[in-house]
Amino acid sequence: MLQVKNLSFSVGPARKRSTILNNLNLNIKPGEFVVITGPNGSGKSTLAKLTMGLEKATSGQIIFNNQDITDKNITERAKLGIAFAFQQPPHFKGVTVKDLLQISATGHETFLEDSETDYKKLIETVGLDESYLEREVNNTLSGGELKRIEIASAIARNAQLTIFDEPEAGIDIWSFEKLVQVFKKFRDKAPERALVIISHQQRLIKQADRIIVLENGQIASEGHPDDVLPQLQEAGS
Amino acid sequence: MKTLDQIEKELMQTVAGIHEPPAGAYNFRVNGKSVDRQSSKNINVEPQENGLIITVKADTQDEVVHIPVIISKTGHKEVVINDFYIGDNADVTIVAGCGIYNCGPENSVHDGIHTFHVGKNAKVRYIEKHYGAGPGAGKTLNPVSKFYLEKGAYAEAELEQIRGVDSTNRITEAELKDGAKILIREKMLTQGRQHAKSHIETILNGKNSVADIVSRSVATDESRQEFTLHIEGNNLCRGHSECDAILQDNGAVLATPSLDAKHVDAQLIHEAAIGKIASEQLDKLMSLGLTQIQAESQIINGFLK
Ligand SMILES: Nc1ncnc2c1ncn2[C@@H]1O[C@H](COP(=O)(O)OP(=O)(O)O)[C@@H](O)[C@H]1O
Ligand SMILES: [Mg+2]
Repeated sequence: MLQVKNLSFSVGPARKRSTILNNLNLNIKPGEFVVITGPNGSGKSTLAKLTMGLEKATSGQIIFNNQDITDKNITERAKLGIAFAFQQPPHFKGVTVKDLLQISATGHETFLEDSETDYKKLIETVGLDESYLEREVNNTLSGGELKRIEIASAIARNAQLTIFDEPEAGIDIWSFEKLVQVFKKFRDKAPERALVIISHQQRLIKQADRIIVLENGQIASEGHPDDVLPQLQEAGS
Repeated sequence: MKTLDQIEKELMQTVAGIHEPPAGAYNFRVNGKSVDRQSSKNINVEPQENGLIITVKADTQDEVVHIPVIISKTGHKEVVINDFYIGDNADVTIVAGCGIYNCGPENSVHDGIHTFHVGKNAKVRYIEKHYGAGPGAGKTLNPVSKFYLEKGAYAEAELEQIRGVDSTNRITEAELKDGAKILIREKMLTQGRQHAKSHIETILNGKNSVADIVSRSVATDESRQEFTLHIEGNNLCRGHSECDAILQDNGAVLATPSLDAKHVDAQLIHEAAIGKIASEQLDKLMSLGLTQIQAESQIINGFLK
């Protein structure tokens, strides 16, 4: 479904160029549930942004469903079936949670059939009550609330490939347990759907079909959680 | 409203949200003349030189007064003076607003001077929409609104200028006594070569008086906006003003806040933020399938909602 070929991303002027992603290769299959982990600054968010089109690759290719999307913009990629929940979701003055969910669910087949009740269901799925639908997506929301809304907006896309960037941030462990179930259900609803979650959460890592560990802009290790997790724990301790 | 033509009716709908004479008190001013007027049991609307005197009886509850102004004749220039006396404990909504349609060669100008005397513990909500249309020469609107709030009075002013006004110089002033509170919400959008100036000045004389002022604007094309927001605190009081502007194209905004705290218990805050739409906001909405243009208009519509 998603192929990343020799992908590099560098920033800064020629003299002081720093390489954030270095010749990365990656292949994600339909139906796969992949967790990307690795230390802060290893390039996880950058990889996600390059996939969604928020950043432009320095070199390399991104192929989605056999189509080269390297030069496509964010909107085109969204319409082709890629969704992304930001690590740091932005605020919007005057835009309500419902507005945001409505935009997410518009223009494609979604599970939101009857809007009123289903927006309610959707917001409840991420652990917030109905009253949040009328709230503005602004700085009166806590970090955790904003993250939940962000997760809901990505789910509402009902996309073929959905990437969540550190969905656990600002959310307590107990609630996160429930979110793990939400992700699993979301994937199970469409067996062809691929799920990529950037996370440090053991709970989530254990559920994955495959773990990819990024370090210094390269894949340090990759494989089934049973194989990779022990190495990770060793390295961490 | 048989005397109104189609264009005038549309302007009326845009600025006052009505298409026929409403229940309750009203006055319709078209091209300098009062074409229809009605008082109600509790609200008296009477003419004075160049305008109206509107008197709301004490204890009046939940009534609305409509006083829209329409200019459809090119080159019409007017100064309108309206005085409002809101009785103690009354609770009313005043819907004003001015629409100019100009299809001719000369500038049309409306200067409106509104003075509100808000009685003890009375509540007033003032809604003013300004709008210009038509292919002709300039549409100029210069509103002056003055609020005098007695003890415990509450005023809420929604001042909106959405599209089509070439030049505006708006002045809003308020003086508050003990326990009085004013909320001012200003919204503005300028396009083309339009120019807009807004001065909002609040004087908090009363103990526990409160002012909360939020100005949101969008300056597009070559337009220019200037804001001066001033709060003076002369007692134990709270004042907050916020000036938020989005720039597009070559739009320009000058915001000059000032706070004058003259009492040790005066708490005054000002926030100002001017800039183009944040790229993360665009990225987010585009990742939900909107094009860049759609994302921009969603952000601006929300911002000015
Ligand atoms: N546009 C950019 N300009 C400069 N530095 C960047 C840019 N994008 C990312 N970086 C840097 O690249 C590194 C990787 O960032 P990121 O992908 O966010 O890491 P992670 O998500 O793994 O924590 C960080 O050191 C970050 O500061
Ligand atoms: Mg990150």
